[in-house]
Amino acid sequence: MTRYIRRAAALCALLLLALLVNATRVQVLQSRAYDDNPANRRPEIARWGQPRGDMVVGGRPVTGSKDTGEQLRYERTYRDGPLYAPVTGFASQVYGTTFLEHAEDSVLDGSDPLLSFLPLWNDITRDQNAGGAVVTTIQEAAQRAAYRGLGTRRGAVAALEPATGRVLALVSRPSYDPSVLSGNGPEAAEAWARLNGDASRPMLNRAVRQTYPPGSTFKVVTAAAALDTGVVTDLDAPTRSPDPYTLPGTTTSLANEVEGCENASLRYAFEWSCNTVFAKLGVDVGLRAMTDTARAFGFNDSGLRIPFSVAPSSFDTEMDRAQLALSSIGQYDTRATPLQMALVTAAVANGGSVRSPYLVERTTTASGRTVAGSGTHPLRQAMEPTTARRLRDLMRGVVEDGTGANAALRRATVGGKTGTAQHGIGNSGTPFAWFIGWAQSDDAIEPQVAVAVVVEDAEAVRGDISGGGDAAPIAREVMRAVLRASG
Amino acid sequence: MTTKAGTTLAVDPSDPSPPPAVRLLRRRGVEFTLTVVAVLLSVYGYCAVGLAKNGTVPPGAADYGAGLGVLALLAHLVVRLRAPYADPLLLPIAVLLNGLGLVLIHRLDLETPADQAAPAQLNWSTLGVALFITVVALLRDHRVLQRYAYVSVVAALALLALPILFPPVNGARIWVRIAGFSIQPGEFAKVLLALFFASYLAANRNALAYAGRQIWRFRRLQLPTGRVLGPIVTIWLLSVGVLVLERDLGTSLLFFGLFVIMLYIATGRTGWIAVGLLLACVGAGAVGWLEPHVHSRVEDWLHPFASIEAGQGANQLAQSLFAFAAGGLLGTGLGLGHSTLIGFAAKSDFILATAGEELGLAGLSAIFLLYALLVERGYRAGLALRDPFGRLLATGLASIIALQVFVIAGGVTGLIPLTGMAMPFLAQGGSSVVTNWVIVALLMRLSDSSRRQYAPGPPPTGAHQGTEHQGRGEVREGRGA
Repeated sequence: MTRYIRRAAALCALLLLALLVNATRVQVLQSRAYDDNPANRRPEIARWGQPRGDMVVGGRPVTGSKDTGEQLRYERTYRDGPLYAPVTGFASQVYGTTFLEHAEDSVLDGSDPLLSFLPLWNDITRDQNAGGAVVTTIQEAAQRAAYRGLGTRRGAVAALEPATGRVLALVSRPSYDPSVLSGNGPEAAEAWARLNGDASRPMLNRAVRQTYPPGSTFKVVTAAAALDTGVVTDLDAPTRSPDPYTLPGTTTSLANEVEGCENASLRYAFEWSCNTVFAKLGVDVGLRAMTDTARAFGFNDSGLRIPFSVAPSSFDTEMDRAQLALSSIGQYDTRATPLQMALVTAAVANGGSVRSPYLVERTTTASGRTVAGSGTHPLRQAMEPTTARRLRDLMRGVVEDGTGANAALRRATVGGKTGTAQHGIGNSGTPFAWFIGWAQSDDAIEPQVAVAVVVEDAEAVRGDISGGGDAAPIAREVMRAVLRASG
Repeated sequence: MTTKAGTTLAVDPSDPSPPPAVRLLRRRGVEFTLTVVAVLLSVYGYCAVGLAKNGTVPPGAADYGAGLGVLALLAHLVVRLRAPYADPLLLPIAVLLNGLGLVLIHRLDLETPADQAAPAQLNWSTLGVALFITVVALLRDHRVLQRYAYVSVVAALALLALPILFPPVNGARIWVRIAGFSIQPGEFAKVLLALFFASYLAANRNALAYAGRQIWRFRRLQLPTGRVLGPIVTIWLLSVGVLVLERDLGTSLLFFGLFVIMLYIATGRTGWIAVGLLLACVGAGAVGWLEPHVHSRVEDWLHPFASIEAGQGANQLAQSLFAFAAGGLLGTGLGLGHSTLIGFAAKSDFILATAGEELGLAGLSAIFLLYALLVERGYRAGLALRDPFGRLLATGLASIIALQVFVIAGGVTGLIPLTGMAMPFLAQGGSSVVTNWVIVALLMRLSDSSRRQYAPGPPPTGAHQGTEHQGRGEVREGRGA
């Protein structure tokens, strides 16, 4: 009998072995696959099981976390949610994440391996790091000035530091409070449905995700191309341009909103925004040089990230001369995001070179150790430095003598360009009012801010005046806020 | 294994004397120390849960530790007095598993404030220890039980049939609810049936092994006469049949395995294993075909994620697998897992998932090894005993634990189809805890007898007779096989 007892014992040992082998399979060898199964709620629970890291503006967090005690424990909260929504985006337990919440998700939720001292050890113990912090480049005063300036009107503001590419303000209106989407209750679903159904599209980030026809502000690019290619050599020499200007190859004639544009000098045409002069200049420069210059400013770049992606601004590369003429004054199918137009004015302010814009100064661990800095940002030459110097001269003239008088600041040099873009079928839509500009306080060695403002529902006063009337004051307040903060 | 038997034969085939003297001590001090360690480990686990969930040592820790400690101490004292030679590992293992079970149930209670199971489990554990004490104190010689073979089989069948009169719970008709208590009579029937099998097989093993018709050449398969085989097969078929009616798959599988193992140990006929497996296949096929309940279990086992792909979310087995996977190598730590996602059976059938998630592969392996040690100690007692009844009873009881652990652990980890059963000592379930304490009490008694015979001084009465029988049996087997 002993033998059979031993055999039965061996059978039990075999069963034990099978259990151990199978447990190893489930718990070690295939655990990753089980963890990644979409029906497994643990990653979700772990993700919301600790407070999410914060985003910092001017040393103060603009986000927070609320302990709900539920299964998905910590909900996202926002301080001044609508003000910072285009920067932060939302972090919803149901609807995912957007903008910085999305782009820096792994730092904020603690899953980024860089957050731990010993990443491998964390892998073994499966410890979770506390969520890291994201320090933004946003300047609170500029952000507030832009938000207040737009008021109840639809539109967007983007402001940059020309020398570095730091994004100082990113505002879109109408806005919304991202905290209403945080939870997973019926309130969040209701808010989601309401925000998505709203005709004014409050969740649209107009500063980076919406493109507009840039209108006359695009004349900065056309002027840069004309100066760079030598089509214009003297700012004050009369150009040979008729008024009205018949678009090449058509019978359509282009007129101006202002007087005195016939054979006007580049300076006069720029300060008073003569369509005829710039349309002809674009044609004279030619498609090839125009597209090269536009691309150098950042148009047609679909890879721009700040670190979330920016909608590409476009300048058509295949056009006939009539279309090129219209495109050169920011019409036809030229389109730009407010951020792109801020880059255009930043290039002028920064001696002709464009710094890639960025929104994250650095990321840190919860205890403040820097995880990643903003890194180096590539520099691209958009135009010759001499061209940039002459354009600065022209833009200063717009504010001092021309259509942009509303942007003037005391004790500072301000350059700008107004624009009004017609759109809609037969230009039936309410025109967009633009203002792009830069400012340098009198005691600074270089311009400290470049800004672009677009107001969608500008008062229906046609012409460039509305760019100066509606958008320029907003730009002025943003620039004033930046200069005051840096001075 | 053959070496030892061979050596014995070579020296003197008819010599019934035990193998060279092992220094056998009572080892009660070892048992005491290990029991204290087991209690302390359980209290530590209890505190760890409190610290993880609330950041403080739970206020009940002292009470819990004292309760478990007093129970363990009483059990230890009665062993010291009435079974001084018993294996010193059995009691500490039982205390540790029971204590750990209480911790896990308490931990899961924290997630379901409306459904507190730990206090009841503690009460049942108390009752289990009380029965343990009673059995160890009153049962002086295990061979007395042999007399009650037929009483126990009648009781077993009655207990098994009882739940048919009560409404089913969660698809299985295995509970009896009286005055707020729910009892699973099938749990008690396990011990009684093992008792009957041991007794009957011990009495008829020679007839089963050597008499009867030879239906395959070289005596590979030799069926005994119906007169000998009839009663036991009838009992077995009855019990399994009743369980199938009650849809208690786990227990019917357990009874089947128990029967085959005990029959094999008693007769040494490999043919029985073949017949058993054949019957098992036929039976499983028939049940799987007839019972949609079983069919779906098999489907779940083959495709644990089918419900996910069908968009209905994870079923219990999938949730259990997720829990095990989440534990990984070292686990999330007590109180820090999410095995409550498994749902209503988390404290009973799926308690092992909590252990796997929060203690990891390391903790789970430790638990498996504790069970393995328990089983091994049972088998060891069986090997050392001299009377066939004692040997069969010890191995049968140990096999119950082994099979039960394999069936439930294999089920929740996706190794075999899931059948509802309770993890011995660990899972919520009063009948189960009580039964397991009785099993351990019987194993204590059996190991006491087995070790007592090597002890210095006069052996207990009647031991020699059994030994001689045993010796002759071995010799004949040696020739026959």
